[in-house]
Amino acid sequence: MATMRWLWRQLTSMRIALILLFLLALASVPGSLFPQRGTSPLRVSEFLKDNPTSGPILDRLYMFDVFASPWFASIYLLLFISLTGCVLPRALEHIKELRSQPPVAPRNLSRLPAHTQWQTNAETAQVISDTAAAWKKRGWQVRQGPDWVAAEKGYSRESGNLVFHLALLVLLMAVGFGGAVGYRGTVIVRENSGFANNITQYDTFAPGRMFNADQLPPFSFELNKFSATFQRGGQQSGAPREFLAELLVKSDPKSQPRPVTVEVNHPLRTSGITVYLVGHGFAPEFTIRDASGKVVWKDAAVFLPQDASFTSSGVVKVPDTVPQLGIQGFFLPTVTNDFSKGPKSIFPAADNPKVFLSAWQGDLGLDTGMPQSVYRLDTSKMQRIGKEELAPGEIWTLANSGGTVEFNGYRQWASFAITKDPGKGWALGAAIASIVGLSLSLLIPRRRAWLRVTATQDGGSLIEIAGLSKTEAPGLVDEILQLAKLVKASEEK
Amino acid sequence: MAINETLAQASNAMVYGSITAFTGAMAAFSISLAKGRRLETIEVSAQRSSGSHQVRMGSTATLDKPAVSTSMSNGEDLGEGRRAGNIGMSLTWLGTLLLGFAIIFRGLSAGRIPIGNMYEFSLAGGFAVALTYCLLSLSRDLRWLGLFITIPVLLDLGLALTVLYTESAQLVPALNSYWLAIHVTAASVCLGAFTIGAALSCLYLVAQAAEDRAAAGLEPGRSSGIAQRIPSADRLDLMAYRIHAFMFPIWTFAVIAGAIWAEAAWGRYWGWDPKETWAFITWVIYAAYLHARATAGWRGKKAAYVAIAGYSAILFNYFIVNIYVQGLHSYSGL
Repeated sequence: MATMRWLWRQLTSMRIALILLFLLALASVPGSLFPQRGTSPLRVSEFLKDNPTSGPILDRLYMFDVFASPWFASIYLLLFISLTGCVLPRALEHIKELRSQPPVAPRNLSRLPAHTQWQTNAETAQVISDTAAAWKKRGWQVRQGPDWVAAEKGYSRESGNLVFHLALLVLLMAVGFGGAVGYRGTVIVRENSGFANNITQYDTFAPGRMFNADQLPPFSFELNKFSATFQRGGQQSGAPREFLAELLVKSDPKSQPRPVTVEVNHPLRTSGITVYLVGHGFAPEFTIRDASGKVVWKDAAVFLPQDASFTSSGVVKVPDTVPQLGIQGFFLPTVTNDFSKGPKSIFPAADNPKVFLSAWQGDLGLDTGMPQSVYRLDTSKMQRIGKEELAPGEIWTLANSGGTVEFNGYRQWASFAITKDPGKGWALGAAIASIVGLSLSLLIPRRRAWLRVTATQDGGSLIEIAGLSKTEAPGLVDEILQLAKLVKASEEK
Repeated sequence: MAINETLAQASNAMVYGSITAFTGAMAAFSISLAKGRRLETIEVSAQRSSGSHQVRMGSTATLDKPAVSTSMSNGEDLGEGRRAGNIGMSLTWLGTLLLGFAIIFRGLSAGRIPIGNMYEFSLAGGFAVALTYCLLSLSRDLRWLGLFITIPVLLDLGLALTVLYTESAQLVPALNSYWLAIHVTAASVCLGAFTIGAALSCLYLVAQAAEDRAAAGLEPGRSSGIAQRIPSADRLDLMAYRIHAFMFPIWTFAVIAGAIWAEAAWGRYWGWDPKETWAFITWVIYAAYLHARATAGWRGKKAAYVAIAGYSAILFNYFIVNIYVQGLHSYSGL
């Protein structure tokens, strides 16, 4: 029992809180230096591939999941226990203090950091009551004695301090709640095609621990048009300037579609979820025919951008021909004649688009049951049957099969992040409360002031006013001067 | 929208003008500091702080002007350096104004808020340091601090022009939001004020070391030359604390404004992007500083080291994370 109490006292001491704060700062550092699974899973797998020895060790130490790691959680949980243990007793103390009266004046007022005095002939009782009234009017909490006045102000400093720390607790809970109940998914949508809010339609979907699939609101949208504009000329040529995705949105299958424009910084907010425009790219359109001229594949294939100039790569898999056909290729929105570094686009807009394709024949490997990426061709059981570059409208006849590949042009695609975070509002409220509390607790001065009247030998009396600051805020002297002026004013009346 | 090249070049010219003014100010402030002496000697400060913190105040009986005195020392006197100090102060005002106009012209040239890349943010940060200093100097004599303000401002502007310079241009879509004005302005104000806070904390350490030596009866150390020319340690400590305590809620606001913006732009209000992580680290360190100053055994020198660590985190976030670490905040323009 005694040990427990000792432990509790240690944990709730300021010293331990300080150490935990330092640990929290220190523990966050690797999260910024190593790639994190939560934000960049691809870079994590690259890192693991590049560092086969140190990678797995770092992984076991949660270096790629720092903010979800048990040691990070234990630091902030300890910190919040420490905080609660510190703040709750202080809150009780503060409530008591709010109800109590300012303390009686110390014996020797001239020892206080701000002090003034003067002789007067005024009636003591009058001075006391006038002073109490005047100080009260200025917002001080006042207590009177027969020949003294005690006053205090700035209680909201401690109130603010408590509000701030409690707001941090609420913030933590809001973050936890939102993460547990909400979800985040991403999806790529091509122009003239659509998305319905259903788990199977997402490309990636990360639900919270307590997420329930029934919670997905039945909304859907169609991407009518995507447009991007880029800087032309100058040092920053090619830098993006505007992205616009024009959608037709239905809140539920029966409702009328309404046009909505989604931009970066202007997400679509509907039925509790938010739709963000997060990326874009090109989807070249092909028509592929077999030797008889029958269309075996016709669609726009999503190609993924590889660089800032949108050199994009992708594949087309045609499983219905015998043997199966695979096309691997690059889409370049603006080609250059310099191929010394391979096919590379020189500008992100489709000024002069071309595709560079290689065709493969054999077994696509789709029947093995292993999940396959739609952006990669498994060529282990295939052989290359040729390569070609095509401008829009051009047709490539495959040498040994007699089939053809026609490059029809391109559509654009946009990728969207779709999220639901029911803790968001709470987090915002807590954040605002924390700023208000913090400002009060750091900027409101807590002060005490006293006035005492003592009889002097010549029959008059001496008024003494003194004050002290319980904080390090400036302006105590001015404040006491103001109080003295009030006393003097009522004395002269 | 096209870029107005004339305005962009005028902006650059004014940055050069501002650098010239700050260089002159730096020279004037060094002369001023070299000739100045503080009113209360190191020995007296050392005695005072080893004894009671409260000095007995005088008391008079005048009614019109009740005399109220405080335990604060009166600061220092520049003596013969007064004139050089005044010149330094005027040149600092000039440099600040020129820099302010350079920022305005830069914004006009592109028709947008000029805080869209590291060059522009550095101008804004330098301006925030200089303007905070100028405004603070209106109500108190801060000529002794001038040298320690003009040096970081000059370093910042020099880096901006040589390493970080980017042509005036339009914003990338991610930055095209009114939150840019709110979040980045708050962040640059914090950068400015925390720079002054860190300078004060460093000077406090110098003064405290000198006073400690004097209290221990040792010979003055190497840095006593500076310590003789700046206010007493307790006063510097108090000034540093006040600036940090005032800025901490604003820094909190800057981080929260960033979170609100991140929610609108990236779909989550907090995602441990490297920049966010370092903003959090900075916040935690400054929170630790405020706690340290209220904890026995941590006040004074240890707390000052914590404040300087907080400022180092800001610099790390600004230079290392912006330039070398991959993340969503990659707008350096480099």
